[in-house]
Amino acid sequence: MDWTALSVSLQLAASTCLLLVPFGLWLGRTLANARFRGKAFCEALVALPLVMPPTVLGFYLMQSFGAEAPVGTFWQWAFGEGLNFTFSGILLASLVANLPFAVQPIQRAFETIPANLREAAWCSGLSPWQTFLRIELPLVWPGLISALALTFAHTLGEFGVILMVGGSIDGETRTLAIAIYDRVQAFDEQGAAIMSAMLLLVSFLTIGVVYGLAGRRKWRHA
Amino acid sequence: MTSGHAAVLLGLFSLLPLSARADTPTVAAASDLQFALTEAAEVFGEGTGRQLRLNFGSSGNFRRQISQGAPFELYLSADEAYVHALHEEGRTQDTGVVYAIGRLAWLQRDEQDDLPGEEDPLAAVREAIKDHTAGEGRPRIALANPDHAPYGVAAMQALTHAGLWEAVEPLRILGENVSQAAQFALSADARGGLVAYSLALAPPLVERAEHVLIPESWHTPLVQRMVLVDGAGETARAFYDWLQGEEARALLARYGFRLPDDEDDAP
Repeated sequence: MDWTALSVSLQLAASTCLLLVPFGLWLGRTLANARFRGKAFCEALVALPLVMPPTVLGFYLMQSFGAEAPVGTFWQWAFGEGLNFTFSGILLASLVANLPFAVQPIQRAFETIPANLREAAWCSGLSPWQTFLRIELPLVWPGLISALALTFAHTLGEFGVILMVGGSIDGETRTLAIAIYDRVQAFDEQGAAIMSAMLLLVSFLTIGVVYGLAGRRKWRHA
Repeated sequence: MTSGHAAVLLGLFSLLPLSARADTPTVAAASDLQFALTEAAEVFGEGTGRQLRLNFGSSGNFRRQISQGAPFELYLSADEAYVHALHEEGRTQDTGVVYAIGRLAWLQRDEQDDLPGEEDPLAAVREAIKDHTAGEGRPRIALANPDHAPYGVAAMQALTHAGLWEAVEPLRILGENVSQAAQFALSADARGGLVAYSLALAPPLVERAEHVLIPESWHTPLVQRMVLVDGAGETARAFYDWLQGEEARALLARYGFRLPDDEDDAP
């Protein structure tokens, strides 16, 4: 069992959730409420990582991460390290790959809130911020939980993109999914079997716990 | 089935490319043959009018797929152990033949002006380690994953031979196969990498990279063996025979492979 790889995977999934879900909350709410020309193309842009093969995404990321490409150059200047073959690199890749998983459930949830509900809250003297925290957030809670669970689980399972930009570095970019592939390649079926079972268990438990949380919350509000 | 259905099926069938119906064998080849074998298949095709479908990838993957009944007719492995293993499983016609011996090379982008010399081909690795220890960036060194790729094992042995294996650890990036290792070696974040000489000599890489050969005594020989899989057809056999002929040998030599009986051919 490659514990280092499991730890890399968990760190990657947790960091992705921590950074992406708050952003998803903002973008999902904005997209749900906004009416503007070209909105469909904005939504298509968000959905793109969902329909593109990971190899396409990996290829573009690899190109833009290079020490001579804009993103890579900026990162080098700001943090003193490149993006290809680093944890920051696979984290950034994972943020892009998971965008639809974080934004779409939240956007759908916000879309179900009728506009007059918010207006009623304002008339009752709640500030927009209070309205968001006490009216909207409880209503979109299930969507938020879905976003969290999907992002976490999808990051744990991410393979193609990380294979292309990671470089399989022990303790840095070798995630559990990559380690399993390496074990299979090395004819170590037993190692692959143990790690696969571990990944299955962790994913199942995470989603179970998260859905459980969502259910209890709904029940309390009923 | 009604005649309508039959007509639809017939229509669909006619959409299949012609080659899929004729004797067009599928060939599984190690990724260090990416360029050499593509050219070989073209030359073979021009001479005989026969077509081949080439698949490149990790030798280990192909070994597993063939053992599970994948429809490859010819298997060119970068590690002869895989061929022997398949033979023991009764998947191949015989034990095959050694078609080439692979060489390892140091590969780097050509805008870097300090290509190591033949006498010290790993000098760049030593420099990279020195720079990293001095806190001057993290120049990466690419190789194929030594856990399963034959060229990765050879690279590890060469680095160990030079006493650099431990020190290079923080700089190591591992390609899934030797082709990916070469691609990593040419990325702007890497100082270079240890890859197949046959890839370093391929036109797309010659255009943008430089290389220096690693002495063969620094690693276990990369003995590459090919074999006809059970059920191989006429075209596969013809190609197998052709690959052992003079024309193919000259082509493989041009891609930097050492040929199995060079010694015997010597005057």
